[in-house]
Amino acid sequence: MWLIEVLGFGQKGWGGLLIAGALMTLCVTIVALLIGAVVGTLVAWAKLSGGGVLRTLGNAYTTVFRGVPELLIIYLVYFGGSGAVTAIGRYLGYEGFLGLPSFAAGALAVGIISGAYQAEVYRGAFLAIPKGELEAAEAIGMHRGLRFRRIIAPQVLRFAIPGIGNVWQLSLKDSALVSVTGLADLMRTSQVAAGSTRQYFLFFIAGGCLYLILTSLSDRLFTRAERRANRSMPSSFGQA
Amino acid sequence: MDFAFIFQTMKTLLAAVPMTLGLFFLSVSFGGLLALLIVWMRVAKNPILSNFAKGYIFVFRGSPLLIQMFLVFYGLGQFGFIRYSFLWPFLREPFVCAVLSLALCTAGYSAEIFRGGLRAVPAREIEAARSIGMSGFLLVRRIIGPIAFRHALPAYSTEIVMMVKSTALASLVTVWEVTGVAQRLISQTYRTMEVFLCAAVIYLVLNFLILQAMALLEYRLSHHRRAAVSRLP
Repeated sequence: MWLIEVLGFGQKGWGGLLIAGALMTLCVTIVALLIGAVVGTLVAWAKLSGGGVLRTLGNAYTTVFRGVPELLIIYLVYFGGSGAVTAIGRYLGYEGFLGLPSFAAGALAVGIISGAYQAEVYRGAFLAIPKGELEAAEAIGMHRGLRFRRIIAPQVLRFAIPGIGNVWQLSLKDSALVSVTGLADLMRTSQVAAGSTRQYFLFFIAGGCLYLILTSLSDRLFTRAERRANRSMPSSFGQA
Repeated sequence: MDFAFIFQTMKTLLAAVPMTLGLFFLSVSFGGLLALLIVWMRVAKNPILSNFAKGYIFVFRGSPLLIQMFLVFYGLGQFGFIRYSFLWPFLREPFVCAVLSLALCTAGYSAEIFRGGLRAVPAREIEAARSIGMSGFLLVRRIIGPIAFRHALPAYSTEIVMMVKSTALASLVTVWEVTGVAQRLISQTYRTMEVFLCAAVIYLVLNFLILQAMALLEYRLSHHRRAAVSRLP
């Protein structure tokens, strides 16, 4: 009975706050994945077809953001972003410290990391497009935009789904680190609940279970998306 | 650019590298051993063993490492039977808690990587070994182990880089490794960007060196793929 009271939705229950935290985690991850998609596309393009300088920059991006601890990147974006905002504020005549909202900083940081991984996914997916199809498109006189829209984009998206699924799971778990900036996500809410009730074990188990629900539901979603995207493809390795 | 400050920061942060490396080596070794046990359970015929292994992998890959670390660090001390047991002097230490949670987490990921390696061992090589009378440990040592290890190596080196990065989380349970020391420096100097960038450089160099070592190992182990060419005059 005590368990229901503490984890429930009543006056003393933390259930509602934990669910709200889970939704916040989901929001951070979705925004981060979108930021990462834009960054990842640009970086993949730089690595694939840019000149020497662009390619080096793209390689540097993926090396740095896959090699530095996520926690450090979150700190760097949060404090660095706040520093930049404060500097802009001072330029506009505002005295004192201006903080970057922790949601924006967190989503941006996780997005930057996610972009480095997504770039590799898109690059791999592009390389998986049969060369002949690109040549055929060129041969019948498709211009670049049309070729991208009709030939490249649909296939890159199809080949990229499993990789994006992995990046999504990674970002979902990285978003737990955003809790260090004080954002009331699932991790932070579990921590607060654990601290104020002194029931550390219970609330970290509860938070962990909610994360497991999020990861396993999204895993199922990606499996379905993969099956749908490949519904017209001859299956050599069986269905997803 | 304040080179004197950056030099001083680097010196302070480099002094914390042994702590980061200690966390890394201990957790990768224990995690690797645990992963071997779990992959053995995962491929066992016994459904209880294989389901337990599946559950383990699901739980430790599906939840963030930070929550696992907090569960070990804050959660275990809540129980009287742990606080009054012989384990408490160890489990009270943040370093032990960090190694324990890092090892438990990497075991889940590594077990799946090792399983992928096992699946790559051709069935006819095992049949051939059995037909000349090899079995049990000898079969694992001479045939299954080396082939599986070689196949798993590229994916495992990615996991190892992830582990170097994961050691940074130990700073949140008060272990003074590179990230933790960086934070302490910042609270004294308020020069956030310089200190964190120095720390980032240290992690990049560490990861670069580890990846080079892994690539060298992979090169040394793939002798059979080059031998035909290099032996020609």
